Amino acid sequence: MNPVNYLYLASLLFTIGAVGVLVRRNAIVLFMCVELMLNACNLALVTFSRLHGNLDGQIIAFFTMVVAAAEVVVGLAIIVSVFRTRHSASVDDTNLMKL
Amino acid sequence: MDNLIPVLVAVPLLGAALLLCGGRRLDRVGHWLGTLLAFASFGVGLALFFSMLGRSTADRPVHLNLYTWIPVNGFQAEVGFQLDQLSMTFVLLITGVGSLIHLYSIGYMAHDEKRRRFFGFLNLFLAAMLLLVLADNYLLLYVGWEGVGLASYLLIGFWQHKPSAATAAKKAFLVNRVGDVGLSIAVMLMFTTFGTFAFTPVFADAPKATQATLTGIGLMLLLAACGKSAQVPLQSWLGDAMEGPTPVSALIHAATMVTAGVYLITRSSAIFNLAPAAQLATVVVGAVTLLFGAIVGCAKDDIKKALAGSTMSQIGYMVLAAGLGPIGYVFAIMHLVTHGFFKAGLFLGAGSVMHGMNDEVDMRKYGGLRKYMPLTFVTFGLGYLAIIGFPGLSGFFSKDKIIEAAFGHGGTEGWILGTCTLVGAAVTAFYMTRVMLMTFFGEKRWVPDADGHEPHPHESPAVMGAPMVILAFGSVFLGGLFSINSSFVHWLSPVTGYQEGHSPLSTTTVTACTTVVLLLGVGVAWMMYGRKPVPAVPPLGSLLTRAARRDLLQDDFNHVVLVSGGSHLTRFLVYLEGKGLDGLVNGIAALIGGTSGRVRKVQNGYVRSYALSMFGGALVLAATTLLMRAV
Amino acid sequence: MTSTGEAVQFWVLAVVAVGGALGMVLCRKAVHSALCLAGTMIALAVCYMAEGAVFLGIVQIVVYTGAIMMLFLFVVMLVGVSSADSVKEVLKGQRVAAVLGGLGMGVLLCAGIANAHLRDFTGVGAANQASGGNVPGLARLIFTQYVWAFEVTGALLITAAVGAMVLTHRDATEVKQTQRELAEQRVRLGTQVTPLPAPGVYARHNAVDAPGLLPDGTPAEISVNPTLRQRGQMRQLGSDVLRRMGELESGAAHWLGRKTPKPRSGSELSHVEQSGGTGSEKQREVESK
Repeated sequence: MNPVNYLYLASLLFTIGAVGVLVRRNAIVLFMCVELMLNACNLALVTFSRLHGNLDGQIIAFFTMVVAAAEVVVGLAIIVSVFRTRHSASVDDTNLMKL
Repeated sequence: MDNLIPVLVAVPLLGAALLLCGGRRLDRVGHWLGTLLAFASFGVGLALFFSMLGRSTADRPVHLNLYTWIPVNGFQAEVGFQLDQLSMTFVLLITGVGSLIHLYSIGYMAHDEKRRRFFGFLNLFLAAMLLLVLADNYLLLYVGWEGVGLASYLLIGFWQHKPSAATAAKKAFLVNRVGDVGLSIAVMLMFTTFGTFAFTPVFADAPKATQATLTGIGLMLLLAACGKSAQVPLQSWLGDAMEGPTPVSALIHAATMVTAGVYLITRSSAIFNLAPAAQLATVVVGAVTLLFGAIVGCAKDDIKKALAGSTMSQIGYMVLAAGLGPIGYVFAIMHLVTHGFFKAGLFLGAGSVMHGMNDEVDMRKYGGLRKYMPLTFVTFGLGYLAIIGFPGLSGFFSKDKIIEAAFGHGGTEGWILGTCTLVGAAVTAFYMTRVMLMTFFGEKRWVPDADGHEPHPHESPAVMGAPMVILAFGSVFLGGLFSINSSFVHWLSPVTGYQEGHSPLSTTTVTACTTVVLLLGVGVAWMMYGRKPVPAVPPLGSLLTRAARRDLLQDDFNHVVLVSGGSHLTRFLVYLEGKGLDGLVNGIAALIGGTSGRVRKVQNGYVRSYALSMFGGALVLAATTLLMRAV
Repeated sequence: MTSTGEAVQFWVLAVVAVGGALGMVLCRKAVHSALCLAGTMIALAVCYMAEGAVFLGIVQIVVYTGAIMMLFLFVVMLVGVSSADSVKEVLKGQRVAAVLGGLGMGVLLCAGIANAHLRDFTGVGAANQASGGNVPGLARLIFTQYVWAFEVTGALLITAAVGAMVLTHRDATEVKQTQRELAEQRVRLGTQVTPLPAPGVYARHNAVDAPGLLPDGTPAEISVNPTLRQRGQMRQLGSDVLRRMGELESGAAHWLGRKTPKPRSGSELSHVEQSGGTGSEKQREVESK
């Protein structure tokens, strides 16, 4: 088996995550989809690391994880505070961002 | 002594300030105060005159720089006065006739509740007119020029409760603006050409300027003169200006202000002498106006409007003379002075008649007044003889000289101009005789006025009679006085220059001709109005008569050409602007607005929708990148 | 080429990962989505390890599955476990566009990978060996070449933590009442000055739902937790219970050699004295209820 299959798997997961972001309305699930996309990227990075034979890809995947953690912390805090004021976790209820 | 020059202006200005700002407490003495100050100014003028007479010819002009008005680098506007023989003549005419008319107004305006204001305006006029003739530069002259325009506007519209008076004032003001634009352009041209507007340096440098510049300045000055002196094509305001009180008509619209244009041309003789084209235009304007005014004067039944036509015509004589160059300047001024006297006298007489006839102005409702108003009849009659140029009276000397100078212009032009002046003299004799006959002779045609009051013609009080008598004396003797030993020519020629014309006709021939045409005019008038009774209702008359009654269609011309033409042009330009420029601008705005309105719908506020656009964008970017790599 | 074992492992894990991902997108309940995602992440962790990224595999399990997914679950519980998306799509064409876009994206990515001619690969074995293992290798890079990014990431994490606290912190809108103030309020209202009575406690079942009995034998509803009361889960004390209580008391008195307590007033008490029967029988009755 060629490790390229890992890349196909990564792109498939990435696409599923992207479609999930567009389709789901629950903000928490939306975030999960974003996490899935990030994980797909990580898989691709690790695979690249393997293909090239150096560890830089793994380092970048590591940083991605850290940044994802930070993003999740802030994002969930936002969801919680929005939920407090609006009593809803649906992103469609927060539609004031227009003229 | 010469330091008194500013006092000339300051005294009436002080009077105007006192009377206009003094309020009601001056109501009882205001008219005497105004008259007193006018006479005081006249006294100062006389003192300066005798002081000037005492000096030799070379020392006569005096110059007094009062202060620098606008001291800007390269633009030094001085308030300076120049009193030479020309200014002196005007000072005496303005203050003299002005004082007499002030005196007359005391009687004429006795029953007007706004009399104090009237005298304030009259004093303001005197101050502005004196500033005009005393200024030593064109900018200060312009100030005086606008000042007399303002005073004229205020006095024409003095009875502003009458719509006709308010309209007439507005008309005079607006038409004068056209001329004022000419003066301001001339002043600006002078400044750009010579770097100054003071008379002395401008006239000294005039020969260095190009012909085109000089012609331009001359034509612009002529335009200014046309506006102020009611010359064709800016003549339309003068007839309507008769809506003002009669003393105003006498002072401003007959004796002084309307002659400011002649002063301007004579003062700028150094420029006109170097610009033959401008001079030609000047004589053409003068000749046309002198006939125009005379024809209008023949047809008017309103005594003041008939006199206004006459004024126009006589100023046409002066402008024509001034346009003739050095052979005519002196006689233009001389006619101006004598005309100032006899025309003021005629207007005061007309005012006296109106005073006695319940303010009726239609001559067809006069008739046979000589028995009821003997003093008015005599003074008016002397003025009449003077204006038609009856031998020995003022008008005879001054007008004959102009006719002679017109012939003396030389060549075909000389013949044409001379003929015009002769015809004008004949028509003058005709219409003045007509006025005389319709007013003082024939049977009574009086009718009750609108309130049913039967007119009781009576002689005016002494305060009105005295000025009329003095002016009549001037009408009779002034011309002769000026002509003894050519004293006026000697007096004025150092300023304006003088040279003898080369008339193809001898002086005797010209005098004979004028006498003949004078008798002709009087005879025709006698045939038409003396032998037959004057109909109370004006007959239909010939086409020319009907046109002349409408001021030779001047207002119709203005309306069709300027008002309608202007508004059509404006409408066309507005249309062009609206469809062209605005259409373009609005079209772009509408395009952007419409597109934005549609694109805006994309921005619906839903995060997921935005995410979809981002996703699409990323897709396009990725596809493009891959495609470029593949290529 | 990789080993056959890895190939088998890959196909199994790939199926698990894709199944989990699809499950996450398609489940209506957020809890199910979270669990599906956790499964996908564990599958990916195993993939990392199979590819020689042992450290990342462990971190994936510990940090992602252990910490981040638990955080998700906490928030899900906070927002409401049972909250589910409605099936109806509000935005016109959003779903179709999303699916089409996703297909396009997938095709594009796969085409890109397929065009890349990745026939052979190096493998990270040598790189790991050079530093004496995967973890020392990563550490060497992080603390040398990537140390600046590492520090900045640390700052980012601290900022995120502070930001989350700021976002979710809620100021107390009123001053907390002291015990004295509470007591005074109770007296002022006058509804229940004394402490609430405790629920009845019986040895044979959790009696927090059974009201305590007042000295006269009537049940005190106030002694039961209001939540249970509103749910209708308060245990009704039937006549047999009261009877058995009477038996117990009399039995205990008999055994202690005391005098039988005075009979209580009220119909229920008289009913207690009249009724008879053995304890085991009644116990069975209660359990059957």
